[in-house]
Order: sequence, then C-alpha cells, then structure tokens
Amino acid sequence: MTYIAKPKVHAPTLAKNEIGLTRRDYEGTISTLCAGCGHDSITAAIIQAFWELSIPPYRVAKLSGIGCSSKTPAYFLKEAHGFNSVHGRMPALVGGANAANSDVTYIGVSGDGDSLSIGFGQMSHAVRRNVNMLYVLENNGVYGLTKGQFSAAADRGSLSKKGEANTMEPIDGCLLALTLGATFVARSFSGDKAQLVPILKAGIAHRGFAFVDVISPCVTFNDHEGSTKSYAYTREHNVEIVQANFVAPAKAITTEYEPGDATNVMLHDGSWVRLRKLDDDYDPTDRDRAYAHIREHQRKGEVVTGLLHISPDSQDLHAQLGTIETPLIELPYEQLCPGNAELQKMQSRFR
Amino acid sequence: MRRTDVGNPDYYHQVVDCQWACPAHTNVPEYIRLIAQGRFTDAYLLNRESNVFPGILGRTCDRPCEPACRRTRVDGKPVAICRLKRVAADHRDEVTHLLPRAPEKKNGKKVALIGAGPASLSVANDLMPLGYQVTIFEKFAKPGGLMRVNIPAFRLPEQVLDEEIGYVTGMGVDVRYNSPVDSLKALLDTKAFDAVFVGSGAPKGKELEIPGRHDSDQVFIGIEWLASIHFGHVESVGKRVLIIGVGNTAMDCCRSAKRLGATDVKVVARKTRKYFKASPWELEDAEEEQVDIVENREPIRFVIEHGKLVGMEFKKFESVEVNGKLEQTVAGTEILPCDTVILAIGQDNAFPFIERELMEFGKWDMPVVDKTTFMSTRPGVFFGGDAAFGPQNIIWAVEQGHQAAISIHNYCQGVPVGERPQRGMELRSTRMGLHQWSYSNDYNPAKRQKMVHVELKKRFATMSTEVEVGFSAEQTAAEVQRCLNCDVQTHFTESQCIECDACIDICPVDCLTLTPSADEAVIRQHLTAPAVNPEQALFASGALKQTGRLMIKDENVCVHCGLCAERCPTYAWDMRKFTVLIPHAGEQVAEPAATGAR
Repeated sequence: MTYIAKPKVHAPTLAKNEIGLTRRDYEGTISTLCAGCGHDSITAAIIQAFWELSIPPYRVAKLSGIGCSSKTPAYFLKEAHGFNSVHGRMPALVGGANAANSDVTYIGVSGDGDSLSIGFGQMSHAVRRNVNMLYVLENNGVYGLTKGQFSAAADRGSLSKKGEANTMEPIDGCLLALTLGATFVARSFSGDKAQLVPILKAGIAHRGFAFVDVISPCVTFNDHEGSTKSYAYTREHNVEIVQANFVAPAKAITTEYEPGDATNVMLHDGSWVRLRKLDDDYDPTDRDRAYAHIREHQRKGEVVTGLLHISPDSQDLHAQLGTIETPLIELPYEQLCPGNAELQKMQSRFR
Repeated sequence: MRRTDVGNPDYYHQVVDCQWACPAHTNVPEYIRLIAQGRFTDAYLLNRESNVFPGILGRTCDRPCEPACRRTRVDGKPVAICRLKRVAADHRDEVTHLLPRAPEKKNGKKVALIGAGPASLSVANDLMPLGYQVTIFEKFAKPGGLMRVNIPAFRLPEQVLDEEIGYVTGMGVDVRYNSPVDSLKALLDTKAFDAVFVGSGAPKGKELEIPGRHDSDQVFIGIEWLASIHFGHVESVGKRVLIIGVGNTAMDCCRSAKRLGATDVKVVARKTRKYFKASPWELEDAEEEQVDIVENREPIRFVIEHGKLVGMEFKKFESVEVNGKLEQTVAGTEILPCDTVILAIGQDNAFPFIERELMEFGKWDMPVVDKTTFMSTRPGVFFGGDAAFGPQNIIWAVEQGHQAAISIHNYCQGVPVGERPQRGMELRSTRMGLHQWSYSNDYNPAKRQKMVHVELKKRFATMSTEVEVGFSAEQTAAEVQRCLNCDVQTHFTESQCIECDACIDICPVDCLTLTPSADEAVIRQHLTAPAVNPEQALFASGALKQTGRLMIKDENVCVHCGLCAERCPTYAWDMRKFTVLIPHAGEQVAEPAATGAR
C-alpha cells in the first residue's frame, strides 16, 4: 500500500460522462493490495465501465465476501452502497437485496476461493436463480491472503511458488456457470482492458446473472514460471474467440464489420451487444457448443476468453417468480404490510 | 516511435521546465527543496552557481521560468519561483567564507572588461577563481550598470546590490571607476590584456522625433531620467506626467514619477494590453499605484504654449483582433494635458568607442558576434549582455557572461573557442523504503501565495522604500510545497516491466499508456489522455517483453507524485533525482556514471 492518497488533481483533458461526472468520480479509496495485483486493474476496468455507462454511483450496490478480491469494492464507486459479507455469502445478500429493490444496479465481487470453495453452493444457486447482477470472479488460482496455497481454480500440474505441483483437477467457473444455466458467461484477463471493459458493460446491462471470470495474476504468490495464472502465461495461452462490443441504447448499430461476421444481441434495456466471432464455427448463443469449445481448448492448454455465452431470452429472478418490480421501499406501508385481517385471510387458504 | 534516449542530458533536463527555460539553467526544484528544509544558505549558494545574483534576481528577474512552470498547466498558477529565490537570499547566513576565492598565484593572463554590469561581473566571477587578473573599466563611480542606475531602489535596494557585486569584486577584481573606455583601439594597442570583454550594455534610450520634441526642458528619455533620479540630479517632476511606451522601463518611470510627487501619471501605449512588453506583474504593480494605462494612442506632437509644455497630441485608434492579428484604424486625435513627458520606447546599443576597422559590424550597426562563443570577428574581443545582441534581461547577461568566460578561458589557454565543455548528468534513486522517498511526493493543492506590498502612503514617501516585503515564513512554507519536484524523474527500466497496468491505473493525471508502436503523431491521439501539448515530450520505451507494446509517458502534466513507482511490483518505475551538470569556465564534467539508464 502507499502512504499517500491518490492526489485529487487530474489531467486537464479529463472527460465527463452524460451525467457530468469524470472517471475520477467513480474511484474509491486507494488500494491496499500488493503493487501490481491484477485485482487493481479489474477495479480500474469496473470504474471505466460504470463511468462509460453514466450510472450514478449512488444507484449501485457493491457486495463482496472475504479475500483479496473481496476487498476491492472499497476501491471503486465510493458513493455506492455495500459491505463485506461472511466469507462466500455474497450471492445470498445480493439475491435478498435484489428481491427487495430491483432498481439498484448490483455488482458482486468474489474470488476463486470465495466462489469455488467456501461459497461454491452460494454461487451455484445465484446462477440457477438468475439473480440480476454482475458477478465478477477475480481468479488468481491461489489463496493470496493466506500466503499462496492452491485454490480450487488452480490447474492440475501448475506449480506453487515453492515449486510444488498441484495434483487436483480445477473447478472452472465458466464451465460450472454454463452447466447451471447461466445466461451470460464471459472470461477475460485483468491485463486486457480493451476486452474486459466492454464485457463488464454488457454484463451490467444484461438482465440476469452475468458471470465474468477474470484471470487476475497474483503478483506475490502466483506470477512465476510454472504458474498457469501469471501475466506471461495468460498472454501466451490466451485465445480470444468472441469479441464483445457494447452499444448503448441510443446509439445505432453501425456496420463496422463485414455482414455475417458479427451477431447482434439486444438486451432488455434496448442496448446491444455486438459479438464478433474470431472463430468461425462458434456460436455464443449455443450453450452446449460453448461448453464443448471451452473444454476442447482447455485440453490444449489454452485459455479461452471473450463473451462465451449469452442467452437472449434470459428471465431473471423477478420475471420467473412474478414478484413486484417496484422497490419495496417505494410501496406504501398499507400495501407492504396489509395488516392482520389480510394475514388471516391468507392463512385460511392453507387450512 | 523510437525509444527515448534518457541518457542524453537534454531529455530529462527538458522535463524540468523551469530549469530548461532559465537561460542560466538555475536548478530551481533543488533550491526550493533546500528552502523547504530551512537551508537558506545552501539554497543561495546553489542559485549563485548559475545566476550569480540571487538577491538581485529574486527581485528583478523577468522570470522566464515561471510561465514554463508545470504547475501552471496543473492548477493555473506557476510556483512563485522568483519570490522563493529572494527568500533564500534574504535569509541566508554569512556566505563570504563559502564563496569561490581567487588563488594567490595568478595564471599570468590578464583580461579587461568594459562596463561593470551583470555581464562583466559574471565573467569576472568565473575567471577570478581560475587565476586570471581581471580589470573592469566602469564609467560611473559605482558598479552594477543598469541594475544600479536604471532599476529604482524601491524595487532593488542598494544594499542588496552592494553585497552581491561585492562578492565578485571582493575576489580582487581591479575595478577602475569613473574610467570610461573612449577607444577600444587604444585599449588593445596597450597590449596589456590577453583578452577584452565588452559588456557595455545598451545605454542609449530611443528618441521620438516629432514636432516640439526639443522645445521644452520637460521632455526626458526614460533610462537617462531614471539614472538622473539615481544620481540625485532629478528630485521633482510635474504634477501631470505622461510616459510614452509600455515596457518595463516605462513601469519604472511611472512609479518613480509617483514618488517624485506627480499626482496624475498616465502610461500611453500604441497597442492594446495583450501586446504590452511590460511583464504582467510590473503592470499590476503600476496600476496598484494608481497609474493609468491608456491604450490605442500614437504620439504626433508635443503641445507647447508660450515655451511651456502643456500637453501632447495623439492619434486615437480603434483596435480589433482579426485572426490573432491586431488591426488598428484611426479614429481622430486627442490632446492629453501634461507637465512632463518621459519617453520609454526602447533602448539602442551605442559603440562610439569601438573603431569600426577593428571588427565587422552588421545590421543595426551591431558588432558581428558568434552566438555560441560570444567572440567578435576580432579574435580575443568578446561581447556579452545587452552589448552582444541588444536589450534583454539580467539573467541573459549572466548566462552570456558564463559562456564568454568559457571562451575567454579557452582563448587564453590556446584552446579553440568553439571547443565547449559538454554537459553531463546524474541520476540517483530517491527510494528510501517501500513507499518512502527522499523528497516530498504528496501533491499539495495550496494556491500561489500573494506578495504583500507596503501601503501606498508609506511607499510614496521615499524613493528607496522597497515595495515588496518578501514572503513570510508561512507563505514560504506553503509556496515551497507547490513545487512538483520535476527533477525527480519517473525513470523506466523496460526489461523489468510485466505490463500489469498498475502504474496506468494509479496515475492521477493519466500520463501513462501501453500501446502498440506507431508514429508519434498517431500515438499522441490514442493515449489514456490525449497528448495535447506538442511542446511537451512523450517518453517511449522500447518494445516490452510480453506483448511488444511500448510504455508511453506524456510528460505534460506529470505531478511527480511517484505513485507509478510505488505501485510497480517489479521496480520498473523508479523516481530518480536528475541533476544536469553544466560546466562553467575551467570545469569539465566527468563522463556520466553508469546510471542504469536502460
């Protein structure tokens, strides 16, 4: 960590978004993570995405569990709501908050330990329920906060800092999300903001559970030779198969690419995700083929990145349950709590 | 884009905008840090190495450093560099024992300097410690040249002049006062000197030959009038005074008139304010003293009634700006009543004492002088200060004195004058610990401190009451923290970079970008923040290991906070203190030490 706060002074050319805020207005306190941590770059990408979407910071809830990744919500959107949950329990909190108030934009930040070990069940059910949120899994393959033990996401055969090989099979967050019916599945890399920022924007706009697995090297415990989550390894083995571009609702889709080369998927808010396939026989709307494709590359030791799957017909939790869209806080008290007579009436239905 | 060669002393030197802009390349950030530490004497001595007269310049410098100051581009106002220089001078301890001394044993070479102004004094300052016997011929009874006779005492107290000139002459310079040189040929013919330096300034005020000019004894030439005030020959002035011209001499004239009892003082300018030659702060100081500035007037005649000056007639203009150019159309005439007129419309050189057959003279009847060596076409005769290239400021005279001293030294030692000692550099890490630096790296949002002036009534009472009181301790403490330490360079070692983006994400002013190589013009458009200031360099690394991209840094508004280096996991970024080594006469800069520049 640094001893000084990031100075408020900014570049004279710093731009403002549609609601008159600069990117600096979306920052949080200065990071206390190790210098060079991939998580800090993801934080910067999140700041950029929210700024570009002109979302007022106070209309955002940011929640997390425990771990290095889960510290990061403090470093962005200082005016947003949020707190750290019990380890691995962030998905339940977002689910609850979202049930009570669907008008707020939800972002959950988690790590490979928080999501794939202690919070495995929590994440799985949030996927299943299709809670409307952006779920960022900052994946470094190790438990950084407890000095670099292998996490459940560590690849078999990858080496620890001391040179020990991991003997267990990894849990792949994207494959898991696909099997559980996730409606938005992406993988990216903290060192590639050009790819990451549009994916985050699309994930925020997507109505439903947007799962983004971000390879985020741990500079302290997992950036050595023999690591499969280092900056160098990720850059060498990264295969981008779908390039996502986010197009805001008001903007017309321009023919930037050759026809047939790109697919446009309209989101609920009228924005578009423009998917440019870099691999011919890939269809990001086909869940089964997406799964097979990722597996195939995995066998070759490659890391597939991009917006891997999107379901255009996503139905989020509220839509599935038919619950009221109005935030509970906006309902009149009489409607929210109709009184004993109504309760008795309801209970009589179960007798 | 090509990899930037940071091993070339000029690259990092240009990043230190103030030092680069200063003709004498005063090490501004270093002396400001010394002031911050309360080391006024050290700050003074560091100043003196480059500019010789810190106390004088701390009051009178034209401050080319301040418009260049990076702080201007960050928060609108430059660091008050000049005022801080005065702080160092005002609060220094006794320095006499710390100054260079002339050796007992002389080197046998004799040099004559004509005029005891800043240029000649700088030459003497550099040559005396090398064992030269230096003789200065001065026409007045005291040294200092225009610094003494043309700058009023309310801006520059005599004591400050005497002390700082004394440091130079005290080395044993043979100053011949009241000894104007009437013939350079005669001086050369004595063969008493191995080299001669002409630092006689630009002592002739420009004339304005319009009707009535010579029909009154109340029309004066600015610099002559100022000198007459200095010598006590002029002790009063009419109540209504017109100053013609709007340069810094005009400012000194109008303010002097106020002190001599004038009540209605107008400075009359042909153009509009944007085109005034006077420094903005001198204009402000004059206006504070209730001097009127009248624009758009061109003098056409003096109005004399019964042999008495009663006014001046002007052509009136209407001015409009068209495509950045001033277009003026005549809109009638006007008579401004007055009792005295001071002409301050510029200065000319005058070399009545130089026989033209001695050397080549060129345009404007100016001697032909080499811009690097300051030698005329006659070997062994050198020029500097206003005498070389016309009127400029003191700091230029000082620098030209330094350069001429190098030439004179070469010339006397039989080395070609064109063989100049090369500049060098030092680069040292300021890292003291993981996140500690040997400089104050936190950006301080303090605003520029305002100089306090003596109240009007008090200052008009005498000619010599210094108007500016100098910074208080509190003002100094605040102002020093505004300096961005631009000499502490963000030094990049490309072989160590893992392209993690940490530096880019933390930079408060968006200086940094990782980008594929392209032409500089293209890169400038595609940075984290577009590089809009073409006068500021882009640093470019070579191709980086992992992706072959380049690390680009736009130097424009870097606040040197060191956060890039603090957030760098591999120490690819380091904050290194840069010192440019600029040799003076008789000095050689050692080969630059291995600085790990790559």
